Amino acid sequence: MADKPQIIDESGDKYKYGFVTDIKADTAPRGLNEDIIRLISQKKGEPEWLLERRLKAFEFWKTMTEPSWAKLVYDKIDYQNLSYYSAPRQKAAPKSLDEVDPELLETYEKLGIPLKEQEVLAGVVAVDAVFDSVSVATTYRAKLAEKGIIFCSISEAVKEHPELVQKYLGSVVPYTDNFFACLNSAVFSDGSFVYIPKGTRCPMELSTYFRINAKNTGQFERTLIIADDDSYVSYLEGCTAPQRDENQLHAAIVEIVVLNNAEVKYSTVQNWYPGDKDGKGGVYNFVTKRAACRGINAKVSWTQVETGSAVTWKYPSCVLQGDNSSGEFYSVALTNNRQQADTGTKMIHIGRNTTSKIISKGISAGCSNQTYRGLVKVAPGASGVRNYSQCDSLLIGDTCGSHTVPYIENRNKTAVIEHEATTSKISDEQLFYCRQRGIGEEEAVSLIVNGFCKEVMQHLPMEFAIEAAKLINISLEGSVG
Amino acid sequence: MNKTPLLEIEDLHARVCDKEIIKGFSLTINEGEVHAIMGPNGAGKSTLSYVLCGKPGYEVTAGSIRFRGKNLLSMSPEERAREGVFLCMQYPVEIPGVPTATFLKHAVNAIRQHHCLPELDTMEFLKMVREEGKKLGIDAEMIKRPVNVGFSGGEKKRLETLQMSILKPALSILDEADSGLDIDALKVVAEGVNALRDGRRSMLVITHYQRLLNYIVPDFVHVFAEGHIVKSGDKNLALELEEKGYAEFVREK
Repeated sequence: MADKPQIIDESGDKYKYGFVTDIKADTAPRGLNEDIIRLISQKKGEPEWLLERRLKAFEFWKTMTEPSWAKLVYDKIDYQNLSYYSAPRQKAAPKSLDEVDPELLETYEKLGIPLKEQEVLAGVVAVDAVFDSVSVATTYRAKLAEKGIIFCSISEAVKEHPELVQKYLGSVVPYTDNFFACLNSAVFSDGSFVYIPKGTRCPMELSTYFRINAKNTGQFERTLIIADDDSYVSYLEGCTAPQRDENQLHAAIVEIVVLNNAEVKYSTVQNWYPGDKDGKGGVYNFVTKRAACRGINAKVSWTQVETGSAVTWKYPSCVLQGDNSSGEFYSVALTNNRQQADTGTKMIHIGRNTTSKIISKGISAGCSNQTYRGLVKVAPGASGVRNYSQCDSLLIGDTCGSHTVPYIENRNKTAVIEHEATTSKISDEQLFYCRQRGIGEEEAVSLIVNGFCKEVMQHLPMEFAIEAAKLINISLEGSVG
Repeated sequence: MNKTPLLEIEDLHARVCDKEIIKGFSLTINEGEVHAIMGPNGAGKSTLSYVLCGKPGYEVTAGSIRFRGKNLLSMSPEERAREGVFLCMQYPVEIPGVPTATFLKHAVNAIRQHHCLPELDTMEFLKMVREEGKKLGIDAEMIKRPVNVGFSGGEKKRLETLQMSILKPALSILDEADSGLDIDALKVVAEGVNALRDGRRSMLVITHYQRLLNYIVPDFVHVFAEGHIVKSGDKNLALELEEKGYAEFVREK
């Protein structure tokens, strides 16, 4: 382990950052340099190998430039003006729900979030205060441990299962992958680690636990999921209640490794703060999500409902290495007001007889802008590949934009690749038809939008789907009239 | 007979895209009455139905419409529907992905809420749909499909009729209910409509051809030309029109 004080001393700027003595706030000073990275690693009590990885990533990151190919317009991010450790929760937590933004509470109400949980989400009480001492987390973990399933934070996994972490971390998304992934590799805060042993079917959706614990995983989240041979797991990320995160920049990585005959379902509902009606504030969300189907018959499916963030840059991908492996991507992205989303997927077919399916539904309202960007790539040796892509866009009003950019790179002539795309508007005729039957205008819009998304929503676990539908309705508020 | 006026239209003027289409239209429909409005193409028959329902883009420039004594013109389209105005559309629109059952349940409950009635749950709602379907001889299975998507012309009209039966409006406006229907489909729709005639519900049947009126026999027939009613009579007027055409009512242009 790193020798803490000395390292700081070596920097020669011992007091410049002022974090050595006063660590009460547990927040690193603004700026990004080697010392900060050493601090993060030290705070987390990480082994040397991980620190080295972080530093290597940082060195490389310094040589990279921020990508600009996405159809996104945002203020330049000053990376030296951010805090990279434990940045959230800088303001004092409210003492009771009375002190919480009534607008936020109203939204919780509409989503039907139980009062106890509202308190947790709003930061009024700590998790343990609600879920008593034998916490939900511990209960779950004991139950999972019986089956040999490991479900813990990445930090814990680094200490307790270093062999697994060392083997797989960065094996799907190497630090050289892209600018944001590289940044994450240098400064990642925490996230989840899942290992499903051979022949094991995870007996529960890994959800509730996460919903409670996800709250403070911070802006540089790192998740690693490994499904060993013949295993299955369904993982739910995110929380349907809106999170007023103060952090402007989020750059997460999710890596999934799927071995022989294993299956992973990964569902996300993302609704970080989208900024206000004029586009002020809001989270910049730059996420790298990738699954590697390494084994034969491996199967992975991504389902995402994206309604939050001011800027979304996200392409959950599948690398189909094992023969007969398959990847699926189901996405609903909704942008309103001044939100921007550039999102899609990559399906990389390397193994033989690999299949992929893409269903993307984009809804743009207000003055928002949305792009579907997808790649289907077939390697020369990948015979018998099949891909089906369907990208539908729905426009609400006439001040929003929707774009579809499909890339197809096929190097094997046996591949069958299909792409369908549609763009439609909620027509005045449809609205009038609903209203003529007594259905109010906003209700009519949400009815039509939910109909449009149905194909994707049905891939979400039941409870999640109901909340996601409500969330879409809330996100659409004020988009008509 | 003691007559209670349901719909009172007085000297109505309306325009679409700056073009005046309705010019001094007056009509009173009492409870339980069935009125037919006949007229040549382009007379503004469909405009009249949209104006009654408050479709955006149809602007009333003068006159009044009262429905059960209330000012209909100050209400939004959904409020008019909840008050009991139903338009059986000539071309019902498709709404992909939205199951007809979901759509209809929203409509039923919006109307029930308006009348301070408790909302129906899914079981109660489906039971009602099946019962109404049975009464009209319409297979209620169609409500499992997305609204009007892939429906034949006949199926669309049957669904409109089923909705009319489920939503129980005080006034049903049938806009060219027979367009695009073969004679068998026409009979099903007409029988459905007739089953809804109970002496209290009123209907306004808008049609170009007399054919429909053989099946839905009106109490009154009005000839609508150049934006207003030019002649009124009983069902025999329809037969007269069938014979002579609309020529005598249309000015040479």
